[in-house]
Amino acid sequence: MTRAPAALPPAGLPGLDPAWSRLVAFTDADGTQRTVHLLDGADAVREATGAEPVGVLLAVHGNPTWSYLWRSLLLPAAAAGWRLVALDQLDMGFSERTGTRRRLERRIDDLGRLTDHLGIATTPVDDGGVPVVTIGHDWGGVVSSGWAGRHRGALAGVVLLNTAVHQPEGASLPAILVPFTTRGLHTAATTTTDAFMRATMGTARRPLRPGVADAYLAPYRCASRRVGVGAFVADIPVTPGHPSAPALDEVAAGLSAIGADRVPSLLVWGPGDPVFRQRYLHDLRTRLPHGDVQLFEGTGHLLVEDVDAERGVAGTVVRWLERLGASASAPTPGPAGETERAPLWSALRERAQDDAVAVAQLRVGAPAEVLTWRELATRVDDLAEGLAASGVRRGDRVALLVPPGPDLSALFSACLRLGAVVVVADAGLGVKGLTRAVSSADPAVVIGIERALLAARVLGWPGRRVLAGPSAGARRRALGDVDLLADLEARGRARRTAPGHVPLPEPSASDQGAVLFTSGSTGPAKGVVHTHATLQALRDAAAETCGLGPGGSLVAAFAPFAILAPLLGATCSVPETDVTKPDTLTAAALARAVAAVAPDDDAAPPVVFASPAALRRVVATAGEVDPAGGAALARVRLLLSAGAPVSTELLAEAGDVLPRAECRTPYGMTEGLLVAQTNLTERQAAGSGEGVLVGSPLPGTRVATSALDASGRATGPLVEGAEAPTGEIVVRSPLMKDHYDQLWDVQRESVRDTPGAEGEAGWHRTGDVGHLDAAGRVWVEGRLAHVITTSAGPVTPVGPEQRTEALAGVLRAAVVGVGPVGTQQPVVVVESEGAAVPAGPAPLELLDAVRAAAGTPVPVAAVLVVDELPTDVRHRSKIDRTKVAAWADQVLRGEVRAERTGW
Amino acid sequence: MKVLVTGASGLLGSTTAAALVARGDEVITFQRRPSGVAGARDVQGDMSDPAALRRACEGVDAVVHLAAKVALTGPEEEYRAVNVEGTRALLAGAREAGAARYVQVSSPSVAHVGTSLVGEGAGTADPEHARGPYARTKAAAELLALAADAPGFAVVAVRPHVVWGPGDTQLVGRVVERARVGRMVVIGDGTALIDTTYMDDAAAAVVAALDHAGDDDAHGRAFVISSAQPRTVGELLAKMAVAGGAPVPTRRIPTRAASAAGHAVEAVWKGLRAAGHPLGAEEPPLTSFLAEQLGTAHWFDQRETQRVLQWAPQVELDEGFRRVAAWYAEHPDR
Repeated sequence: MTRAPAALPPAGLPGLDPAWSRLVAFTDADGTQRTVHLLDGADAVREATGAEPVGVLLAVHGNPTWSYLWRSLLLPAAAAGWRLVALDQLDMGFSERTGTRRRLERRIDDLGRLTDHLGIATTPVDDGGVPVVTIGHDWGGVVSSGWAGRHRGALAGVVLLNTAVHQPEGASLPAILVPFTTRGLHTAATTTTDAFMRATMGTARRPLRPGVADAYLAPYRCASRRVGVGAFVADIPVTPGHPSAPALDEVAAGLSAIGADRVPSLLVWGPGDPVFRQRYLHDLRTRLPHGDVQLFEGTGHLLVEDVDAERGVAGTVVRWLERLGASASAPTPGPAGETERAPLWSALRERAQDDAVAVAQLRVGAPAEVLTWRELATRVDDLAEGLAASGVRRGDRVALLVPPGPDLSALFSACLRLGAVVVVADAGLGVKGLTRAVSSADPAVVIGIERALLAARVLGWPGRRVLAGPSAGARRRALGDVDLLADLEARGRARRTAPGHVPLPEPSASDQGAVLFTSGSTGPAKGVVHTHATLQALRDAAAETCGLGPGGSLVAAFAPFAILAPLLGATCSVPETDVTKPDTLTAAALARAVAAVAPDDDAAPPVVFASPAALRRVVATAGEVDPAGGAALARVRLLLSAGAPVSTELLAEAGDVLPRAECRTPYGMTEGLLVAQTNLTERQAAGSGEGVLVGSPLPGTRVATSALDASGRATGPLVEGAEAPTGEIVVRSPLMKDHYDQLWDVQRESVRDTPGAEGEAGWHRTGDVGHLDAAGRVWVEGRLAHVITTSAGPVTPVGPEQRTEALAGVLRAAVVGVGPVGTQQPVVVVESEGAAVPAGPAPLELLDAVRAAAGTPVPVAAVLVVDELPTDVRHRSKIDRTKVAAWADQVLRGEVRAERTGW
Repeated sequence: MKVLVTGASGLLGSTTAAALVARGDEVITFQRRPSGVAGARDVQGDMSDPAALRRACEGVDAVVHLAAKVALTGPEEEYRAVNVEGTRALLAGAREAGAARYVQVSSPSVAHVGTSLVGEGAGTADPEHARGPYARTKAAAELLALAADAPGFAVVAVRPHVVWGPGDTQLVGRVVERARVGRMVVIGDGTALIDTTYMDDAAAAVVAALDHAGDDDAHGRAFVISSAQPRTVGELLAKMAVAGGAPVPTRRIPTRAASAAGHAVEAVWKGLRAAGHPLGAEEPPLTSFLAEQLGTAHWFDQRETQRVLQWAPQVELDEGFRRVAAWYAEHPDR
């Protein structure tokens, strides 16, 4: 094998300062002197902080990269006081070509000898030594973890990026690696040619900036310099008998020990990696169960290059390092744990002997599918046992892709009883969004109807598949190997009724209960984790504000409430429509669903839950209702319009269809479904104002605002209650989410650092902007991300939009900003009534009218007319202002014609 | 204060000189023709005559330099003689005379290399890459002036963007004239956002620059000036036309075609000039520079300018259009 000395990288590599490079000689286990190239941030720390480093960030690259991978980390880490030490492993990068074979065991040993030589980790932290955090990517994750396991005295934390320390049993090697590990092919692919190098660069999800790919390839220009690359690939223990298998096992065990001792850890992951796929993340999470996780949606193996440094890997890692000291103290509990509440299944348990109807699913031309309380309670217990028998454990995730009805109601409660975490991904996310959501949530089991399971198989969603509902013929065969829900249930029943059966242990309030997904109108959908405690608080809030409990009844034309009803002990009917298509609900169908739970005037008057889209159709078809239906609709005592903002006009029209109902609409978000509520009477009395009135906070809910600075950031102190000025709406409520799923940095950002007036934690930033009026009622003025930062201060969009929409001939309007933050110009994009005004720049008359009506402190710079404004996928009602702003910016630069919207 | 104003026969020059007179300054003007500014003393002369410039500077406390060769085409040497060498001679004269303040009126085009400008500040003047001979020579002149900033001689450069107002023959006059005969075309769909500066506000900004030239955060720097109300090209042209009693322009040509046409026209005019044709001395109807100016966004971040010069525009654009309309009503012959 070829030998060559270490060298310094050539000057001019993008993002790399030659001053960071050092050549360091140390003696290896054979007593031979070896020289490595490394990046050292020690001087950068002194320059940035004027002090000695507070810690060392020991970085190990993988194969076939080199320390260049960590360049964007050096300065931000230095500014936080952390000294980056990023070596090129021997035979890699610009380090020495030793002419020897260095297997995993030797590489871990090399790193230990190098750090000894550098005086890193030679003194335990307890004896005043400088703490060390390791960070590793790819096979560098294995080497760094191996080092970490042997230097526990100095170890303060472990950071891992797309790596693996264990080949899960039965898992085949990722297909992309096969050509690189197959004997014969291997040498050609990794050493003789640079195919492996290029394949790795090719995993970048966004084009590398000019010169960056060349910089990665710089130390591997000819075959002799790539010997290390080939040797590294050959050292992947693909079989148990591989010479490096024992070393890998030691690393894996060491990492598990690190996790068991709760050493802080952070897994930073690019989910689009063809090599280090989801199952490896799963394995690492099992080893580091208390660790933090940050997924970067849309990134892959080279995630370091896939997101910009500040928002991406470097920024996240440094923010995590900065919190290391602080997180040593236990995280402050949120308000959810402050009150003890009944378990989620208590109402169901109380009615377990009741033969009254619990859930009725209405059907077209067929009798309703009905489940009594006794049947429901039995199914829940059977399913919980059946899931447990099939290997689902407390904390495991179960994705439910089942439409509302008896099956869903039973399954949801069964999972909660077992302690499994329900993944609620809805079709409103679109197929792509749904796939991303389910994949990142990583369920152990997917339970779905035929259509959902076909998608699960085709799109490669993780998890075992369980079929709910019918399937036959070719479609059944296309499903492949699936379990049947009925079998699961039967198994559970057998187990439950067997002699000596011990009931399943009950999960605790702090256990995770469900993962819900945001609509993803700003970036990829985020998973929101609710615990049993936050779900209990939600149930109690719904019971209290709607007066719903045992004996009560509701009609769930909005899916989530079909799940909630059994927890409330309330009888529920689901109308004969596809709930995923809310605009198919007719007034007559709604009347039949009402009659199912309230057949006559003596029955308890029911509550109707519906989305605005469903209500629009109900209003449109009100004329087709027969007298009996009309009588049924008149029994409804309360209408809750939920799921999307509803206009006062639509609420009033719905009130005409449901003449005795109070028409109410709650304000909330996936993170906290009930924050405030208002009703038609209050809306009409309040009239127009700056924003949309969403009402008074629910009991036990506190709402504050945080004023915006000139750049539109919510930096103001929290101001609670009446007259809180315009700013980001910040909420403290026991039903607020526990955290975002595997999004450590997003979660950190979502919680206010500065606690509220009374010093308590647990304030959730909603991302909405608004103010509170003199009566303490909340007015929403738009999204924080859509605030226009003019030179006269931040401008919120909803007020000027409403005033524009009040103009004759204007159907809808979006007010957006163009230009740099702090000096943006307001621009109005309108849809004209009946498309009477052609798309393009607005004619002078309309332009002047809109400018005057909008009344922004910096006058509207331009008014553009479009045929249709873009809306969100899930509700088709929220205008996608981000998209509008990007388009308006291009048009007003003169780069795109105003007639072409392209959405 | 005794102030020399060069180029006082132009729109901005005369407005500035009048504003200085109005507040009680002693104003000397310097240009080839009579300035027509009541209360100011005219010294007539050419920017390429250093001796005349020296005479004009005698005894002044401050200089406001507006005179320049402004056009869209023509040989660069002519621009250089007036814009660069004229500035050099004026700076020398001002320092000799012991003036303490000097305001160089420049142009945002000195830092513009052709891409759209969206909410930008004042970049450094770039004589190499600026577009066209006017912008290149103005860039060189601005660098000369700012380099002369020294203790006792405070220099500020201001760059007003597209100055217009009643009686303006350069922009409003041409738009109205062409719109009346249906020859005004809108490039693209006229949606590029453009900053403009209403005349009175531009003059007030120049006076503010004079007053704050000695401030620590002002001297030695360049500031873009505008009314900070960017509007689409389509709106500006339409409202100018309407103010002049002409119909709203409706003819449109695509941006790329306009740019190509501009290049072609420039070539033809160059030929005409070389052949000594009288038309060659006149302005071509469209240049590639103009096409670019009207087809891409040009608007600026005015926060730093307003903070440092302690000045803010007072006239809403629609009020400006009303004043233009009133002017046309009083001048039915125009």
